Amino acid sequence: MLEINGLKTEVVTEQGNVTLIDDINLNLAAGEVMGLVGESGSGKSVTGLSIMGLLDKPVQVTGGQILFKGRDLRKLSQKELRSIRGNRIAMIFQDPMSTLNPVLRIDTQMMEAVRTHESVSKQAAWERARDALGMVGIPSPEERLSAYPHQFSGGMRQRVAIAIALLMSPDLIIADEPTTALDVTIQAQILSIVQKLAREKGMALIWVTHDLSVVAGLAEKLSVMYAGRIVEQGSTADLLRRPLHPYTNGLIASLPAHNERGSRLKQISGTTPSVANMPKGCAFRPRCSSATEICFDPPALEAVEGRLLRCFHPVMEGAPS
Amino acid sequence: MQTVMNSTKFRAGLQFIRQFSRSPLAVLGLVLITLIVLMAVFAPYLSPQNPYDLMQLDIMDGRMAPGTGSSAGFTFLFGSDDQGRDMLSAILYGLRISLIVGLGSAALAFIIGTAFGLTAAYVGGRVENAMMRLVDLQLSFPTILAALLILALLGKSIGNVVFAIVLVEWATYARTARGAALTELRREYVEAARSLRLPHRNILFRQLLPNCLSPLVVLLTMQVARAITLEATLSFLGLGVPVTEPSLGLLISSGYEFMLSGTYWIALFPGIALLVTIFAINLVGDRLRQLLDPKAARR
Amino acid sequence: MSNRLEVRNVSKRFSRMSGVVERGAELMGLKAPNPVVRALDDVSLTVAEGEVVGIVGESGCGKSTLGRVVAGLLQASEGSVLFRGKQLDEMPGKSADEARLKVQMIFQDPSSSLNPRQRVREIIGAAPLHHGMTTARELDDYVSQQMQRSGLDPSMAGRFPHQFSGGQRQRIGIARALAVQPDMLICDESVAALDVSIQAQILNLFLDLREQLDLTYLFISHDLSVVEHISDRVMVMYLGRVVEEAAVGELFSHPNHPYTRALLQERPSLDPVQRRFSAIEGEIASPLSPPSGCHFHPRCPMAMERCRVERSELRLIGPGHKSACHLND
Repeated sequence: MLEINGLKTEVVTEQGNVTLIDDINLNLAAGEVMGLVGESGSGKSVTGLSIMGLLDKPVQVTGGQILFKGRDLRKLSQKELRSIRGNRIAMIFQDPMSTLNPVLRIDTQMMEAVRTHESVSKQAAWERARDALGMVGIPSPEERLSAYPHQFSGGMRQRVAIAIALLMSPDLIIADEPTTALDVTIQAQILSIVQKLAREKGMALIWVTHDLSVVAGLAEKLSVMYAGRIVEQGSTADLLRRPLHPYTNGLIASLPAHNERGSRLKQISGTTPSVANMPKGCAFRPRCSSATEICFDPPALEAVEGRLLRCFHPVMEGAPS
Repeated sequence: MQTVMNSTKFRAGLQFIRQFSRSPLAVLGLVLITLIVLMAVFAPYLSPQNPYDLMQLDIMDGRMAPGTGSSAGFTFLFGSDDQGRDMLSAILYGLRISLIVGLGSAALAFIIGTAFGLTAAYVGGRVENAMMRLVDLQLSFPTILAALLILALLGKSIGNVVFAIVLVEWATYARTARGAALTELRREYVEAARSLRLPHRNILFRQLLPNCLSPLVVLLTMQVARAITLEATLSFLGLGVPVTEPSLGLLISSGYEFMLSGTYWIALFPGIALLVTIFAINLVGDRLRQLLDPKAARR
Repeated sequence: MSNRLEVRNVSKRFSRMSGVVERGAELMGLKAPNPVVRALDDVSLTVAEGEVVGIVGESGCGKSTLGRVVAGLLQASEGSVLFRGKQLDEMPGKSADEARLKVQMIFQDPSSSLNPRQRVREIIGAAPLHHGMTTARELDDYVSQQMQRSGLDPSMAGRFPHQFSGGQRQRIGIARALAVQPDMLICDESVAALDVSIQAQILNLFLDLREQLDLTYLFISHDLSVVEHISDRVMVMYLGRVVEEAAVGELFSHPNHPYTRALLQERPSLDPVQRRFSAIEGEIASPLSPPSGCHFHPRCPMAMERCRVERSELRLIGPGHKSACHLND
């Protein structure tokens, strides 16, 4: 369904280019859910936006392939891209109001979304909108259709945004931290809906998040990003049980749930590097306890024990429970 | 350490200048303002004649067209008025009065209005309500009418004109300052300062004021232009500055009666000077608003 | 042993003040009075010296309001706040101020809690200088000490907040609070805005400071794992009321209230087993119009008729374990 090879996105300026993400490789089959995990500045959101072709000017995709059902999205014209975007690939954002227009009624927005991509009658579009709202668990969708976005709570607004993404039954949905701003119980509701829909409809889903525990129960595959590169990629179960990259390992080990109550947490020292100031070689080197001389060379993404890993010194033992 | 610090601040300054100068019109405005201010400051050295010194005036030189020679030997570049006063000299000296009144009143109104608005927002509750009703009352009064009334009561003088303009303009600053302060008050650093029991003086002037300054500076530039216009209007109507210290507005006014008799230059050249000054200030003000006001669309 | 902090039956109501015209319209019956939000509804709480009490709840539960009432940033509408057994509003102004200074707050958003136009030196140093804890001559040393203790490089005292990363900014906020020598910190979602790897660093700093300075904490968070890790005792709030309170081990192993149980169940975990998210139904009601009776009844799988009409009082159900649920009767 989706195959990404060596994707590179940069800020292009006259003074030279600043790399945001580099050497991104992803593979996603129909119905598969992939968690794309990273901290702020890791490039996880840029990756999502690059796939969607939603980057704004100085930022550009400068290398690699984005194969969607065998066609390279980078080679398509603006017009062809528009017909795929919102139709075959949809995106859900952290703030649902970035999808919703505050001054239009929900039905107007949803029907318009349907009719841009398909010439159907107003009646058919309305029915499709109603069904989509029902699918995401909004009670009495007929009535709610004529409401304005501000009449919904935060959780309900996010459901509407998901419903809009679902309108055209896309093959791929990219969700960028859609539950981060929501409360725990509401987050669980959204996760349950999305999980159900992905299974039933065979949609592929990329779930971008900073929180490993959100995708732990949702995604089959995980990609962990650090400083613009994928550092570890594999099945969720493997990765969480036995993280090989010192960064993944450190992240998991630092979670309070993996430490004795009240004890000092196992922390990763230091801070994430900024794009303008990347360390030489492996970007994690300055924060890594097992770094050696060799880490001043950039490590490549290689297959290790059934997964992809970008590290010279994989964690061999002492993996968290 | 100190140098590193200064260099980051220096770089931020450079960055701002670079952004500012991306608009050629704004740069033009800035150049014009600089020239105008320099001309006003050095008026005694630039003008061929002291227009206030009656001894230097010759009634025989009255209403000379631009380009004619004077009896004292220099040329009336912009012509002369009915008293035989060189218009160029009169404009340069008039510019001084206009700028002093404009800058002085805008600065005073800025200080009073900002302090008022910040205090209102900080105190809150009924006091704030009462203070802001006063501002509304002030703003609902027609500016010129209010200024005319004040001057009619107090009489003509530069000081009184400044006072009148401050009295009608401070409310605009008060409203802007309150608006900005209300946004800032919601930010947690103000709560932190309160919880640290810092004195009100510190919270008002060290915490709030520096963060509310951007929209106020933009307003200040715009209001300087407004104050100059207002002064010119008042003087034109005969209630502004005294005849002994003519501003641009008063020059236009005195030229007005000769307008139809063909002696156009007495009113025209002061008018152009006024127009260019206002235009230049507004160009700079517009650009500042683009850069500083978060609500203005970013280019 | 006296309690460091006691909150007695505190309620806090918010309503927008009506203007003159609005008030007239209300009097003539043309307009309904402005709605009142009951952000806190009869909340009591004690914190012993040196204890860490965690407060958990979702948005609108009143946990931040409670923190601000304790910190003196908001006035309680009813009830009283006592520091070491003394009621603050009965103390003379000066000593009430000193008592308040001993309670400092660490905020959620490290970027908005620091004044962007001030250098770190002034952010940290202004308050201790004003309160006479240091002199202008010794200020630089004093600020350096505070920065060091919070894990910051003192040579960066001349920088502005935007030149620091999120975690460092939070450390500046901590150094600022510690600079006035408090013995109690109120942490309002203090690690929520931080990256996971930075969260652990800041939590460790809180733990270290507790040991070094004998600090008492009120730790407010929506994140159960964080609260579980750092707290001795936990209080769960829902729509302005306390629904359950117990020692941390007891609460997490034997949750009593259905809401607490739901929260624990929905807690995201690292268990990689494909799990079904069995979502609790319904939305959090608006604090403007909370449901009658027990606020949680519309979402509660075990709600009875009684829950709809009768408010459930918080009562002791075991040693140190309180819960507000009709099912316990």
